[in-house]
Amino acid sequence: MKEFAQLIYLLGITTKTNEKLRALEEYFYKADDKDRVWVIALFTGRRPRRTISSTLLKSWCAEYIDLPLWLFDESYHTVGDLSETIALLIPDDETDADEKRSLHFYIESFILLAKASEEEKKEFMLRSWKELGSVPERFVFNKILSGAFRIGVSQQLLIKALAKVSSLEAAVVAHRISGNWDPATISYEELMQPENATADESKPYPFYLAYPLETEPSLLGLPGEWQGEWKWDGIRGQLIKRNEAIYVWSRGEDLVTEKFPEYDSILPLLPDGVVLDGEIIPAVNGKPLPFAQLQTRIGRKNIPKKMLQEVPVCFFVYDLLEYEGIDIREQPLEQRRSLLEKLVAEISHPSLIISPVIAFDTWEELTQIRNRSREEFAEGLMLKRLSSSYQVGRKRGDWWKWKIDPLVIDAVMIYAQKGSGRRSGLYTDYTFAVKDGDKLVPFAKAYSGLTDQEIAKVDAFVKRNAIEKFGPVRTVKPELVFELAFEGIAASKRHKSGVALRFPRINRWRMDKTAGEINTLEDLRSMLETYGK
Amino acid sequence: MPLIDFTNKGLYCSAGDFYIDPWKPVNKAIISHGHSDHARWGSSSYLCHTHTVPILKLRLGEGNYQGMEWGEHISINGVDVSLYPAGHIIGSSQVRIEYNGEIWVFSGDFKLEDDGLSGAFEPVKCNVFITESTFGLPIYKWKKQSIIYEDIRNWVLANQQADKASVIIAYSLGKAQRVIEAVSAVTEDIYVHGAVWNVQQTLKAAGHQLQAVKKVEADIPKTAYRKAVIVAPSGAESSPWIKRFTPYSLAICSGWMQVRGNARRKNADRGFVLSDHADWEGLLQAVKETGAEKVFVTHGFQSAFSKYLDENGIPAAEVKTAYGDDEEAEKETEEPV
Repeated sequence: MKEFAQLIYLLGITTKTNEKLRALEEYFYKADDKDRVWVIALFTGRRPRRTISSTLLKSWCAEYIDLPLWLFDESYHTVGDLSETIALLIPDDETDADEKRSLHFYIESFILLAKASEEEKKEFMLRSWKELGSVPERFVFNKILSGAFRIGVSQQLLIKALAKVSSLEAAVVAHRISGNWDPATISYEELMQPENATADESKPYPFYLAYPLETEPSLLGLPGEWQGEWKWDGIRGQLIKRNEAIYVWSRGEDLVTEKFPEYDSILPLLPDGVVLDGEIIPAVNGKPLPFAQLQTRIGRKNIPKKMLQEVPVCFFVYDLLEYEGIDIREQPLEQRRSLLEKLVAEISHPSLIISPVIAFDTWEELTQIRNRSREEFAEGLMLKRLSSSYQVGRKRGDWWKWKIDPLVIDAVMIYAQKGSGRRSGLYTDYTFAVKDGDKLVPFAKAYSGLTDQEIAKVDAFVKRNAIEKFGPVRTVKPELVFELAFEGIAASKRHKSGVALRFPRINRWRMDKTAGEINTLEDLRSMLETYGK
Repeated sequence: MPLIDFTNKGLYCSAGDFYIDPWKPVNKAIISHGHSDHARWGSSSYLCHTHTVPILKLRLGEGNYQGMEWGEHISINGVDVSLYPAGHIIGSSQVRIEYNGEIWVFSGDFKLEDDGLSGAFEPVKCNVFITESTFGLPIYKWKKQSIIYEDIRNWVLANQQADKASVIIAYSLGKAQRVIEAVSAVTEDIYVHGAVWNVQQTLKAAGHQLQAVKKVEADIPKTAYRKAVIVAPSGAESSPWIKRFTPYSLAICSGWMQVRGNARRKNADRGFVLSDHADWEGLLQAVKETGAEKVFVTHGFQSAFSKYLDENGIPAAEVKTAYGDDEEAEKETEEPV
């Protein structure tokens, strides 16, 4: 556990990719096979199911160290992370325990605990807190239990480290660690062995991701070498048919097949050994609906019939990765595309829609087309080099996303809350309001967009102007005005303002404006009318 | 009538007609220690510990400074004033005032562990204790200085092995002297930023036995910093000044490093939890040892700490002051060299 805690410490504190890579490699060289498998699992989002609620953890910890709950909460608000708060509050055990337990011992214990009584759970937690001799060890222990473990390691970095340690190609590693495998039963050998032929048939390919285009498109060269597409606002996914079964994977590497029963009827029409790459989007007659509608559906375990009718989900397909059971990612896009067009035409299913290619002769023409994105329910354009292979992860050069400028609105900050992680202890999470007559109506929360210096200034303002002394939220004088940017707007019954924004963030601090000059609820409604219907 | 009033200029003793650590210019100021949020410019006369006098001269320029020793008593308009070690930085003192048999003590900033430089904190019996609360939450628990020093030394040695300089960010008055003390056991190659240099020279001139250090100068070749330790104040880590030490590893020494997010936000390679303030247990212990029947809590987590004391049978109230609640991370104003 100590080694794993050290790894997490190093990954957390250094910002240098090379040092992260070195830390990962060193860990993997030294760790035993069981620990290796679990670290790969944790770093790819395969965590044991949470078995103890945070409320219980909090009360056990407070009881154990004899702390009033309000003081525990104050500590928590300052630290910004429950796992870390507990790790800091439990005293270090001075008596050096003989038995140093491994990472997999604790994870396997968590799995067993699922069936244990509350008393047994409590006893295990208290004993573990006591025997884990340092803050970093208790921290990772709590983190694994609670599930919310953001490590700051990209999939690519993990793959790179594993490739080095296992002497396999990065692309091979990427494929092996994707898909459906259970860290509790698989061995490191089984996971990584190149001759492991009984590959899981549900396995997706690592997604190829585009960088944002930040220059003029004319710098990309001749327009004739590029393919333009709309950039859809949905969930990136792969649709797989192998051995007469269908699998749907989201970009977060979650198997989401059951969430989209619409795709079941595509199954008999698809030939076997096919992997499609595209966007999961709610759409009626081929026209996308606002993303917010998909969000209300995605969280549900069982989707009611009414919702299936009102928010039917389509698959906007734009690439073909496997055909007749053969990996064709190395073929140029042009060839993959013509195969794909043929395939989709043959299938002719209303839920499987080919994402159209945008014809253009000059970059000026394409720039004009891009301005129409919102009318087409798109976020902008994708530019893909016709000769490009389908690569692994986020790469520069052949694929670019070229988004349209966001919508903006001026709003005043009314509440502030302390952030977590890198922003712990600082007021960084803000709620914003627009005017409605002489009232202020909250309509959006935003967490990002300010520089560290600006955050420090806002933080100082909040501390000086807060009304409450205890608890996580501070009401502040409505004085600071910000321009918020967002990607879309939709009607919402859950919000007081009646609207929900897509990806709201702070565009800039309008120090030149007073709270009297902000936008109104009426302005928001007219935006909803224009863009959200 | 209380012996000390909390006014908009600072802590005021009307019986003696003097202020303690005022944040606006006054006639007579008693100063607990030389940090800029406690020792401010513009008062007509200052009374402080003899070790603080040269620091005030350095930071505030020439003025009317009077020094006194720990345990020495001076009467001001019939009010008995004496100082006791606070263990925070060199010269830092608790201020004890007694009038008509009533005793108040202002802690200034303090820590309980003897750092070997600042003098050992001494509990002083009183009726009313005014305490700081910079780290007044139970998440703040310090390790022994010897363990932290060992960690710092090991980190320096590892950097030397990797052919890197070790840049350590530490508050120039107080923390920097401790860091220099810590690393001097493993290297003689210690360079300091101009702000640290000025403090170091002042303290040496005043007779303190401190390790020899070199000042970072524009004409020193970059190769000289290979494997060296460089001590610089907060702010230097994000200025171009630091580029000359490349390749280097960066560490920050501060109590705030206790929380992971703070350490990560600073983009340092290491955070050493080394503080000149008392931790939670230290604050509690200090309060108990005064035997005070009333406690006022100033800068830091004053709401939480005073509420906790109150719930545990020690009547306490929070007080608003202009003392920085973030002094350890305070930006230095001195020009980088």
